[in-house]
Amino acid sequence: MPRILHPRDAIVRVTRSCICGSDIHLYNGLIPDTRVGSTFGHEFTGVVEEVGPEVENLKLGDAVIVPFNIACGQCQFCKQGLYGNCHESNAQATAVGGIFGYSHTAGGYDGGQAEYVRVPYADFGPMLIPEEMDLDDAVLLTDVVPTGYQAAEMAGIQLGDTVLIFGAGPIGIMAARCAWLFGAGRVIVIDWIHYRLEFVRSYGPAEAYDYRQIDDMAVFIKKITDGLGADVCIDAVGADASGNALHTLFGKMIPIEAGSAIALHWAINSVKKGGIVSIVGVYGPTGNMIPIGNVVNKGLTIRANQAAVKRLLPRLIEHVQAGQIDPKALITHRVPLDDIADAYHIFAAKLDNCIKPVLLPNRR
Amino acid sequence: MSSSKLKTGHQIDASAVLGWGVDSDSENDPTYPLRDSPADPSKRLDWVRPTRQVPNVEILRSIEYNQLPAVVGTSVPPSGLSGVIRRSAFRRSESDWVHWLMLLGADRVNMVEGVVQDLGQGRIPNILAERGIRSAWQHERQKVVTKAVVVAGLSVLAIALLSRRAKSRRRT
Repeated sequence: MPRILHPRDAIVRVTRSCICGSDIHLYNGLIPDTRVGSTFGHEFTGVVEEVGPEVENLKLGDAVIVPFNIACGQCQFCKQGLYGNCHESNAQATAVGGIFGYSHTAGGYDGGQAEYVRVPYADFGPMLIPEEMDLDDAVLLTDVVPTGYQAAEMAGIQLGDTVLIFGAGPIGIMAARCAWLFGAGRVIVIDWIHYRLEFVRSYGPAEAYDYRQIDDMAVFIKKITDGLGADVCIDAVGADASGNALHTLFGKMIPIEAGSAIALHWAINSVKKGGIVSIVGVYGPTGNMIPIGNVVNKGLTIRANQAAVKRLLPRLIEHVQAGQIDPKALITHRVPLDDIADAYHIFAAKLDNCIKPVLLPNRR
Repeated sequence: MSSSKLKTGHQIDASAVLGWGVDSDSENDPTYPLRDSPADPSKRLDWVRPTRQVPNVEILRSIEYNQLPAVVGTSVPPSGLSGVIRRSAFRRSESDWVHWLMLLGADRVNMVEGVVQDLGQGRIPNILAERGIRSAWQHERQKVVTKAVVVAGLSVLAIALLSRRAKSRRRT
């Protein structure tokens, strides 16, 4: 049972918790400083069980959405709405703020794939779950929906733009859905897992292609656009990408690269000159082989960050309530916490048409 | 393209998509976080710091910070050989590739330490169960069987080669 360690802490009893695609990067040893004994899990909802003396806006029994970012709300970066970059929550690295259950590189906090969690800065981060909201919708508002939405937002989509998304995992699917909200004229998704491509075709909706049936990504994208490339590209894959032997060798087998960056490589080479590449796929902090020369020569803008969940939540709750985003449609597996090892395997190996597994830590 | 499954030209009518364009923003330029940064550079570090947590365990701090952040994670303090490597890694900055490679190395050492610790406490780690063998058996039985046969075959081959070499050494 975690304890209050700071006056702004709360202890939350977990009601729903998810396994994220980025947890698979941890599971596969791609994120440095992942210590044995850490509890994973940065997507969770819960009920407040205990609060520290400085937490005045939450009371015992409140049901809360807990953003995956740990943010103080006071530092320079929080004031700019960069809640993924809080300067007061991660001792081990300055680049990123604290994240629940995401290695010591993200602060060394235990995560929500558990029964109880210590929630720092509980007076700032968590948001009450609206009464009528389904818990399954609420838990996906902790990461999947905001990250997919911010991917589309950072892409700077203008009315009629062609949006190309690499990855048909939960984030890529959500980015496809959100691209339309920003006025995309065309949404294209690339992956290789056919059941996910089928899903995004109807859920996005989107045009969806299997990269294994494409000889050369940049040539293909230019052929199906106007010959110039997509207006914006979104990397919603990150470190575990497949599709290139060299990246697989140096990014995943001998991890001297920070994961396989082939999706980012394709994004840079498939976007039009002067276009925008939006990155929400997670990579380790070392380095990657990407065509940086083309970023310069094409005059690209790269936008990237961990989603600032707190900033986006009010708008996203409105979208869910208006039926414009249906998060729980992504949930394919509901698994008791005791069976977490099987849930990880099913999700990581893409078995049983798995898109999003939800863990049920407390069956009360 | 090498497959007829790969269709092009099927485009979706954007205006028919629920919510199309509701968040469209022509002012959405790449610099939006910068718009909210203080014009006066002297204000960059000018925030009221939250109450400082007093850590009850060893916290390794990035040397790019000049002080510990107000709140810290205390889940798994460094220990053992992996802890020695981690402490050494934290003498280098986040900008140094070696810092991260040392931490990746420490993670692998830590895995072995975990198994040794389990054994030391009389627990035999069930690595197959921890890697989800039950779901693998349920959903990809053929792959599990193939892997098991390959591993068994390679093991038998290795044992046979080793025993043959041992026999020929004894003869000479």
